[in-house]
Amino acid sequence: MKPWIAFFNILMKDMRSYYLKPPNISWGLIFPVAWTLMFFLRSPVAVEVRDLLPGVMALSILFGTTSMLAVTITFERKSRSFERLLLAPISLNLLMLAKTSGAIMFGIINAFVPVIFAAILTNLSGINWLMVLASVVLIAITSTFLGLFIAVSVTQVFEAQTFSNFFRFPMLFLCGLFIPLADLPSFIRPVSYALPLTYGADILKTAVSQNGVIAVPLNFLALLLFSGFLFAYSIYNVNRKWIL
Amino acid sequence: MIALLKIIEAENLKKQYNGFTAVDGVNFHIKRGEIFGFLGPNGAGKTTTINMLTGLAHITAGSVKLMGEDYTRNAIKAQALMGIVPDESNLYEELDGRENLCFCGALYGMDKKQREKRADELLEQFGLQEAASKPFKAYSKGMKRKLTIAAGLIHEPEILFLDEPTTGIDVAFARQIRSLITNLHKKGTTIFLTTHYIEEAERLCERIAFIVQGRIVREGTVVELMQETQGENIINFILGGDFSAVQTEFKNSFPDYNIISGKNNSVSIQSPASFSLLPLVKFFEERSLPVFEAKIVHPSLEEVFVNVTGIELQKLQNEQSTRTGPGQKGGI
Ligand SMILES: Nc1ncnc2c1ncn2[C@@H]1O[C@H](COP(=O)(O)OP(=O)(O)OP(=O)(O)O)[C@@H](O)[C@H]1O
Ligand SMILES: [Mg+2]
Repeated sequence: MKPWIAFFNILMKDMRSYYLKPPNISWGLIFPVAWTLMFFLRSPVAVEVRDLLPGVMALSILFGTTSMLAVTITFERKSRSFERLLLAPISLNLLMLAKTSGAIMFGIINAFVPVIFAAILTNLSGINWLMVLASVVLIAITSTFLGLFIAVSVTQVFEAQTFSNFFRFPMLFLCGLFIPLADLPSFIRPVSYALPLTYGADILKTAVSQNGVIAVPLNFLALLLFSGFLFAYSIYNVNRKWIL
Repeated sequence: MIALLKIIEAENLKKQYNGFTAVDGVNFHIKRGEIFGFLGPNGAGKTTTINMLTGLAHITAGSVKLMGEDYTRNAIKAQALMGIVPDESNLYEELDGRENLCFCGALYGMDKKQREKRADELLEQFGLQEAASKPFKAYSKGMKRKLTIAAGLIHEPEILFLDEPTTGIDVAFARQIRSLITNLHKKGTTIFLTTHYIEEAERLCERIAFIVQGRIVREGTVVELMQETQGENIINFILGGDFSAVQTEFKNSFPDYNIISGKNNSVSIQSPASFSLLPLVKFFEERSLPVFEAKIVHPSLEEVFVNVTGIELQKLQNEQSTRTGPGQKGGI
């Protein structure tokens, strides 16, 4: 038995069937493009473009992964093709990693669309690209696992959409990207700290403009913990709810 | 010798959904290389049993073994040897026939060359070559069924689970599928077949278990099951007049015979022993009821099934109504 063959093929099938399909490419890529343009065209001063880059990158990932995974998994559950995967002789962990890897990769690709635009509009020297990549990967992982968490909590495709927005829109305003954490009312700040995107966005800020407010190792630790928790909790729920 | 080996054993297998008992402590085994039939009405627990045997449902109580090895808690090793054809086609709508088969092969760890070769073999065997590059969503119901069965066979499983493979498809397709099952059986594949077509089970299966309301009410070879109706004979008459006019008289003249149905000019009579036809014909002729037709009906598995499940259903219901005291749950 070669479980990696199953892993690789699940990943490739999802890529082909969902992420690389024209409508999804447009949703996944045009969305970041629109965001990018919306912000960048409004800010003629080059320095501001740079300030906006982390936020737009983080949102591109969030919007490319969370609902995408939640919707595709819910869809496969409804059409019962997901049962095939559960019957395959691979562990549940490997299966769910295969199902999430596609979305994670898609999220990473999405993240760099705004970078291309920014590179045209401004000078991007002095950015810690390694740190950018590491945070992009971690944001993509946590956002995808959030999608998995949503998928195990709903049964209908429209619920997956709605529930994704329930998480995404508050995150948008509370993660410190557009409103600095320090400017948020103090009673809301704990909510910000409970959101994985807050930490990812902060690393991106540090990497791009050295203006993050949380220590980088702490950010990474928080993201790893979020990933671990969301994945473990989702697996627990898959085992409890989807294996009847 | 090998043919007698138990490949799968289920002991006191039980499944509850939020307090509702779908499968209630069933015991059975499947021998290597046989076709084992699971026959039962809608909602009897057939699919639930397959789900437990294949790792798609958690087992509430009891155990399952594969060649003597318990896999109740971890089915991965067993799953590698199993091919599963669900009651509904559940392949990927957007993939074509070949892609679907290849993907399923990959799930079982087959490498690219191996699965492509096997997929082409199966497409040919199932007469689906022309549909090989059509998306699954463009398949007809019968074609979908065939491809779903092919997908279950891609990794040449030792044990094939077929959940109502011929339900909802036309006679010709159903016949093809049955001959396919026979061919697989000849090649040595063990087959677990659920169906509510009694005739299908009778024709295909070596051993059959009747399941009703989550319990196995009978189990045995077809010959063993048929013995239940041995000595029971039924004869159907078509008469030239209304039987009801002579019904009372008939009962008095032939107290050993049992009238199953007597409507207008047709009557079915059951006898615990063999019939002597002449006195019966004479009886009718003397009363101006000419005998147009007399046909002896041999009991089929259907009679056994109806007898067994009918009786057992009543028995179960009686038991439930007498089981009134608190805490008296459990078996019979
Ligand atoms: N997920 C579930 N939750 C609750 N009850 C269930 C579930 N799955 C099955 N059941 C119940 O368990 C019983 C057995 O169902 P099962 O699907 O095993 O029957 P079956 O013998 O396969 O019937 P059919 O011939 O209609 O396919 C039914 O009463 C069904 O309603
Ligand atoms: Mg069923």
